[in-house]
Amino acid sequence: MSWAFRIGALLAGLAVLAAGVGLVWLPYDTASVNIAERTLGPSMAHPLGTDHFGRDMVSMLMAGARTSIAVALLAVGIGAGAGVPLGLLAAARRGAWVDEVVMRGNDLIFAFPSLVIAILITAVFGPSAVNAILAIGIFNIPVFARVARGGALPLWTLDYVMAARVAGKGRGRISVEHILPNIANLLIVQATIQFSLGILAEAALSYVGLGAQPPTASWGRMLADAQTMIYTEPQLAILPGLAIVGTVLGLNLLGDGLRDLLDPRLRRMRM
Amino acid sequence: MWRALLHRTISLVAALAVASVVIFVMLQAVPGDPAAFMLGLNAQPDTVAALRAELGLEGSLPARYLDWIGGMLTGDFGTSYTYRVPVAELVADRIGVSAPLALYALGLTLLVAIPAGLLAASRRGGVADWGVMGATQLGLAVPNFWFAMLLVLVFAVSLGWVSAGGFPGWSDPVAAIGALTLPAIALALPQASILARVLRSALLDTLDADYIRTARAKGLSRRATVLRHALRNAAIPVLTILGLQFSFLLAGAIIIENVFFLPGLGRLIFQGITQRDLVVVQSVTMLLVFAVIAVTFAVELAYTLADPRLRRR
Repeated sequence: MSWAFRIGALLAGLAVLAAGVGLVWLPYDTASVNIAERTLGPSMAHPLGTDHFGRDMVSMLMAGARTSIAVALLAVGIGAGAGVPLGLLAAARRGAWVDEVVMRGNDLIFAFPSLVIAILITAVFGPSAVNAILAIGIFNIPVFARVARGGALPLWTLDYVMAARVAGKGRGRISVEHILPNIANLLIVQATIQFSLGILAEAALSYVGLGAQPPTASWGRMLADAQTMIYTEPQLAILPGLAIVGTVLGLNLLGDGLRDLLDPRLRRMRM
Repeated sequence: MWRALLHRTISLVAALAVASVVIFVMLQAVPGDPAAFMLGLNAQPDTVAALRAELGLEGSLPARYLDWIGGMLTGDFGTSYTYRVPVAELVADRIGVSAPLALYALGLTLLVAIPAGLLAASRRGGVADWGVMGATQLGLAVPNFWFAMLLVLVFAVSLGWVSAGGFPGWSDPVAAIGALTLPAIALALPQASILARVLRSALLDTLDADYIRTARAKGLSRRATVLRHALRNAAIPVLTILGLQFSFLLAGAIIIENVFFLPGLGRLIFQGITQRDLVVVQSVTMLLVFAVIAVTFAVELAYTLADPRLRRR
């Protein structure tokens, strides 16, 4: 295991841990305002100080981790849930009209500037975490479809698939029993990358006010709030940003490391 | 060759047609009536009716779609409800900020990414390679709007070199370029990171090729080999990514223009969204999508022309 993989696992693990603990317990309530304790420096009671509403920064960052990770994870779920079956279908029916429709549909979604459309979706259907998930998730579908199809195509020419066909298994059953397990590695690596892109997209959407709505804490929202106070309280703008960078960097390193680990043939790949 | 060109043109037109339908349907499908949506909760029924008539909402969906598309094709993008001026005028006004910003950012991206990619590939496994790979890994993880805030903190607040936002207009070109500098740097950071990594890996792929060994064997220096042979052959993946990056630059501009209060297309679309000015949102989104699809088309065309192997597809 490379050191990059270890650092990635550590950073990503930390973010997931913060989110997981945040689901059941936060040091302080993040929904209540305490003006008397606003913008305090670090202390024993508040290790990272408090924000402009007197909310504990550690609690805010944990609650933000919860939002970011939940949104990105569900968006990956939508992408993989719809994209992988489509990709498998396209590969199983290579060259048929189904394949053509799926791939042209993919090209079309790729052609859209994703963030513009995500902003449009959340703007038209109202800003909320659910609409942010949908907006990010839709753009994950073609990515997973493409990876699944690309991974599945060469497998269809292999002997064991031929044997399964001779044994009378249908294309659907072969896809699930033989193709899917063999492209799982590719999909896991892609999921890690889409997860990190999802965290960035969620941060951007909630930064412009189109993601999770108050009182739900989110890193992007915290940055937007901190922007007007950047002259007087720069730490409020720096901490959530570091949380985003740490999580995304961790996931990217983890993805690279996983790719090397899961697929020895790719170990020489240099991207 | 002509076949390939025809094929690409057909898919360009198809992509634009489907994109326009998607945008139209999405905005017409706003919960409730578009006119009521634009006017908000407290609107009087007769105001809503008047706006419905003004927006041409009385017609059938297909008729309204054709009306809109016909207008877009002839340069009539509708009239903004909040600004009370033709959207085409707003766009012409704002594009003077967005286009220079995108080009500036693209220029910075190339200026940083090409030397960085060349350096990393030619010193593969060395300190410079590790440095470039580490820096670009970080560049990929930094949200550009946060990077923009940090730039403001350092260069506008602490050092006072440039203003923290706003745009003075092109009457004073030096001040205008100064105002676009921090936004362009913020936009360029993630793009330069991606491009440097793609260039590095494309170069490493070509450096393994036989013709590189031949070039070296006939006595060409390492430097000349990379610049004359490897770089040219690594151009296709780089061009592809560059085309894709245009779309990210446009989308990124929506966020970045808001950080710096720049009166560009991104800010126009965002203001349209917050003010529920659907006419502006619909037409400007279509223009952005058109720009992205057209650039992708131009890039594909460029490398079809550049690489004879792709012509016979």
